[in-house]
Amino acid sequence: METFLNRYRNITVLLLVIFAQLVLLAVQVKNDQDVRLIRVWAVSTVTPVARVLEGFREGGFGFVRNYILMHDASEENRRLRDEVGRLRLQVNYLQNELSTADRAKALQLFQAHTQSKMLAANVIGTAPGANSKVVYINRSSRDGVMRGMGVVTPDGIVGKVIAAYPTASEVMLITDPEFAAGVISQKSQVRGTLKGQGTPLCKVDYVPFDEKVEPGDWFYTSGDDRVFPRGFPAGVVKSVENNRSQAYKEILVEPSGLQHGLEDVLIILEAVHQPIPQAPPVNQPVYLAPAPPQTAPADVAADGSAPPAGQSTAPSGTAADKIRAIYQQVGEAQGHNYGSGPPGTKPPDFTKLPTAPGQQAPASAPAAAAAPGAGNGAAGQTGTGQTGGRAPAGAAPAGQMPSRMARQAGGAPGSESSAPAARTPAPVRPPAATDSRAPAGAAEAAPVRTPVVNTVPRSGVTATGAGQASGGAGSAAPAMRTPAARPPAATETRAPGGGVSPSGRSPAPPAPADGPAAPATRPPSGIRAPATDSGGPGRGAASAPARTAPINASPRPGQPSGPDGSSAPAARTPSTARPPAATESGPPSGGTTAAGRTPQANAPPRASAPKTRQPSPEDGSAGRSPSGNDAAAPAPSKNKPPAVPTKQ
Amino acid sequence: MSYSTSRILLSSTRESQISRFRAWVLLVVPVFAIAFQIFVPRFFPLAQYLEMPLLVVVYFALMRRSQIQGLLIGATVGLAQDSLSQKIPLGMFGIVNTLVGYFAASIGLRLDVDHAFLRLVLCFFFYVFHEVMYWVMARALLGQMLTLELQRTLVQGLLNAVVGVSLFHFLDRLRESA
Repeated sequence: METFLNRYRNITVLLLVIFAQLVLLAVQVKNDQDVRLIRVWAVSTVTPVARVLEGFREGGFGFVRNYILMHDASEENRRLRDEVGRLRLQVNYLQNELSTADRAKALQLFQAHTQSKMLAANVIGTAPGANSKVVYINRSSRDGVMRGMGVVTPDGIVGKVIAAYPTASEVMLITDPEFAAGVISQKSQVRGTLKGQGTPLCKVDYVPFDEKVEPGDWFYTSGDDRVFPRGFPAGVVKSVENNRSQAYKEILVEPSGLQHGLEDVLIILEAVHQPIPQAPPVNQPVYLAPAPPQTAPADVAADGSAPPAGQSTAPSGTAADKIRAIYQQVGEAQGHNYGSGPPGTKPPDFTKLPTAPGQQAPASAPAAAAAPGAGNGAAGQTGTGQTGGRAPAGAAPAGQMPSRMARQAGGAPGSESSAPAARTPAPVRPPAATDSRAPAGAAEAAPVRTPVVNTVPRSGVTATGAGQASGGAGSAAPAMRTPAARPPAATETRAPGGGVSPSGRSPAPPAPADGPAAPATRPPSGIRAPATDSGGPGRGAASAPARTAPINASPRPGQPSGPDGSSAPAARTPSTARPPAATESGPPSGGTTAAGRTPQANAPPRASAPKTRQPSPEDGSAGRSPSGNDAAAPAPSKNKPPAVPTKQ
Repeated sequence: MSYSTSRILLSSTRESQISRFRAWVLLVVPVFAIAFQIFVPRFFPLAQYLEMPLLVVVYFALMRRSQIQGLLIGATVGLAQDSLSQKIPLGMFGIVNTLVGYFAASIGLRLDVDHAFLRLVLCFFFYVFHEVMYWVMARALLGQMLTLELQRTLVQGLLNAVVGVSLFHFLDRLRESA
């Protein structure tokens, strides 16, 4: 060091002297911010060093700290991964729960606005097999599920129950090759048979070439198969081919009920036909207000006035139950046993209908007298004289009973006069032959406006009715309660409205007037007994069911069903647009007035719909003639498909 | 003095002779130079262009041929010059004159500073060096944006060189004989 200083002594002294003077200078001088240079220099000299030292310190400590933190981060990362996985599972579970809740809500909503009694079920499994189109649901015979019941979803039909076990039920899907259901197109009302093919698409068979079906058209259940009530969506047409080598169109339909998966379904326990909507179904939630009182609309419509206060409380059960209860009371009050008397037995006096709780007193004769039928003499004739031995009452019962029936059915307006029906052209099935005798015609016409009338009778009712029909009392009551009390003509026995399922379980859903009849294998034999009945007491028994069939079955335009034989105002009914039924073989209940206008009193309902009705060779077309006792229907329907082969 | 006129560079350090001055000369001459710098320009404005303290520092540094003595003389004269100036912080002229004394002593070790022309050149050089250093320090340390007029600086340098040669000749009479 000493050597170094000696060697560089001069320059060292120079630097020291200069440095000293610089310090002296810095002490004096201030910068523009009034800070002495010595301070500025000191700070400028020290802070970089401090910065470097801080950098080293931070880097060192930071490295250590980051290393420790990274070690903790690894643990935390693993823990968070586990938590994320658990939360994902939870989210999936909750999403499934939410989806289930949505489906349940949709089903509840659908059940709320559908008149059929349904039972919700869940699909719990599928039947083994590669091409199996069968699923198991968690509803069993203990829940009331029976073989043959339809299974639907809010989107459409799904299938039908083919076996009900004590713990579950087996459902054949709509896509199964053995599945078939009667369908009708929305636009052109073309009937056909929906069949599964084992593929996602189904086909609609037995649609003639001359029918107009286009892709995009919707098919709805027609109710002919007695499995699905009328008016449920079946599917939308995907393709239509006219293969001249075959007899019918080749129509492929995409089932709507299976589009959104199949997890929750509804089993139709008690089918109620409903009209086919004017517009295709939309999968959009719709708010439904609480249902109004059942009887109020009917009374208002029928009477044109507000219903009595006491009538607001309608009896529980279906419309058929209500009507059945009323006429049972009438029979019991008069000591009449339905179905027990021989042909020609005097029927109960239905003019003395009791006033049931919540029921309005039966309309009196003036109501019937005011019926439009009086304009053409139908009412007068029918009411007074033409009821004959079959109709116990004159025009008054004729007016009353249908009125009641309409009311009981929940909306048949003005059955006394049938004027509402006449004034209201049924858009779907206008009353055909001017059945002047048929107050039921009014009752039938009413369903056009209020489809509630299309109540499928319960099995019990059916059984009773069948027995009563054999009695042939000519009373409307048995007929009304008994769909089996079909028109006497053999061809009419298979009328959907009057048909009774062999098992007695299946209520005979009323086939539409222009629709195909129930499968030929279904009609009970007892109903066919009074075949060819074209008048007289025995026929009256048969005709009565025909007249009253609309109560238990779907409304059929022009169906003569008035128990009293009171003529419907045929002249004013839209049925005039259709060719009258074939020659009336005889006024069954004396309600026939002008033959030209009232073709037949006993004419089966579908006889009055010649335009849409078509005799089918499969189901015995003769029986489906417009007039129950008329062998030849003047106007064969053009779209009567063959009997629907149902697998039951 | 005769030899100084024959050559400028010294062949060896033995040829260089350290001029010795009496103590009062080393004290009075700088004081006189500073006083001249302060007092004379009040009466003769042209005297402000003369840098008498600088010339005295150069002279003593050259003659003493000692860098330390040269820088000390320069620092002392410079600080004294700064002390007498109200606007100039202490150290501005001190640093400049320190450097001048240091470099002048360094040159005096290599050159024959008794040569008149060399003295002229050295006076001119150190004047310019003095001006430039002051300008740099004023800008760097004080932040004063002074203008450096090179032409005037050169003229003044030449003037000081001429005055310096005359001054040196006068001061040579004050050194002790060997």
